[in-house]
Amino acid sequence: MALPHDPDPKLAEYAHPERLVTTGWLAERLGTPGLVVVESDEDVLLYDTGHIPGSVKVDWHTELNDTVTRDYLDGAGFARLMSAKGIGRDTTVVIYGDKNNWWAAYALWVFTLFGHPDVRLLDGGRTKWIEEGRELTRDVPQPGPTDYPVVERDDSAIRAFKDDVLTHLGGAMVDVRSPQEYTGERTHMPDYPQEGTLRGGHIPGAQSVPWARAAAEDGTFKPRAELEAIYQQEKGLSPDDDVIAYCRIGERSSHTWFVLTHLLGFSKVRNYDGSWTEWGNTVRVPIAVGEEPGTVPAKGGK
Amino acid sequence: MVNLTGPDTEGLSPKLAEIVEEFHAVSERDRLKLLLEYSDGLPPLPAHLEGHPELMEQVEECQSPVFVSVELDGEDRAHLHFSAPQEAPTTRGFAGVLREGLHGMSGKEVLDVPEDFCARLGLMQAISPLRLRGMTGMLGRVKRQVRAAHAAAQVQ
Repeated sequence: MALPHDPDPKLAEYAHPERLVTTGWLAERLGTPGLVVVESDEDVLLYDTGHIPGSVKVDWHTELNDTVTRDYLDGAGFARLMSAKGIGRDTTVVIYGDKNNWWAAYALWVFTLFGHPDVRLLDGGRTKWIEEGRELTRDVPQPGPTDYPVVERDDSAIRAFKDDVLTHLGGAMVDVRSPQEYTGERTHMPDYPQEGTLRGGHIPGAQSVPWARAAAEDGTFKPRAELEAIYQQEKGLSPDDDVIAYCRIGERSSHTWFVLTHLLGFSKVRNYDGSWTEWGNTVRVPIAVGEEPGTVPAKGGK
Repeated sequence: MVNLTGPDTEGLSPKLAEIVEEFHAVSERDRLKLLLEYSDGLPPLPAHLEGHPELMEQVEECQSPVFVSVELDGEDRAHLHFSAPQEAPTTRGFAGVLREGLHGMSGKEVLDVPEDFCARLGLMQAISPLRLRGMTGMLGRVKRQVRAAHAAAQVQ
């Protein structure tokens, strides 16, 4: 049975407030049957240093990705993973993590590929929980298996592939990487390892909105009006636009996908998880450099 | 002869071989716990470096702000100092392994550590290759600092 929604007034302003919970709401409900809390971090060991009591770890590198093909789990693999984490199809899942929830948003996006009905983010993530002095533990729960059904992944609604992006050229696109990655000055995040991209720049026509602009100082999402000011007023996007978001490998753009879809109520947002590590290495795809979105080449004129 | 199934300790100092064997003696899951122990055990910076990241070198291959400083004493013994944030335990764990394995070696022995040492810990599956790059970056910078110290000593 799904747990009731968090009635917090800040959340109520968002298009889909049922996709977020506050730290206070969660703290009061830890241990409730039908609720599983999931931690998903950039650092694979961070959970082990202390986590929200009763929470389980889901690691994107080693658990959400296929180990051979550059792809996500299949339906059977996801069902096995959910069972191992004690999650049933009707479980309310609350995901939180480090770095303003960027990996948590990525995990939520993957859960959504499998249509998990009730999956939410903890607003403010791990940082806010700790800042508020809330309890952490190193005890790792041993959940019993569940009979999670094998649901085939549906990539059509929220995932874009390279060919989709080529067809989409000229449509609304958001590049959520750092300004230097967007201009082509650098091919990886500041302070992050170079992951082997041959060309710098962005997909022609994509607007630059670094993902972290959606986050407030304390790691929570900015209030709805501030988000509208960025994506709608400043960038001119509209909730009924067909939007593709991308970054370097699809993690930061999951965060923006969450903002556009669940907080602002955009009806068609896809995350291009191949992102720059695919586009910037692909032969003969168009690339724009510099601060402007650039010109979209005429169709068929590759 | 290369051992394809067990730990590869060829060309390693006894201390580094011991660490590689320690990781391989436990299951892949428990290797993460072991790495966390190294993270917990990373010693704090000595007083002269504490609060002075400008005296250290940043390991840019790492995803977190990690700093390393290698000092060679009069007998060419290497003293390694690492600083890595608590919220980056994997990186701290890597630093802890290198500190434990290389501290007190001669500069020459540090330079002789095989480049693929980090890959031999058996963490590829549990950590992912991308994350392991940061550790290889740390080793590379340790060696570079040793080379620089040797070059400076020759000039004097």
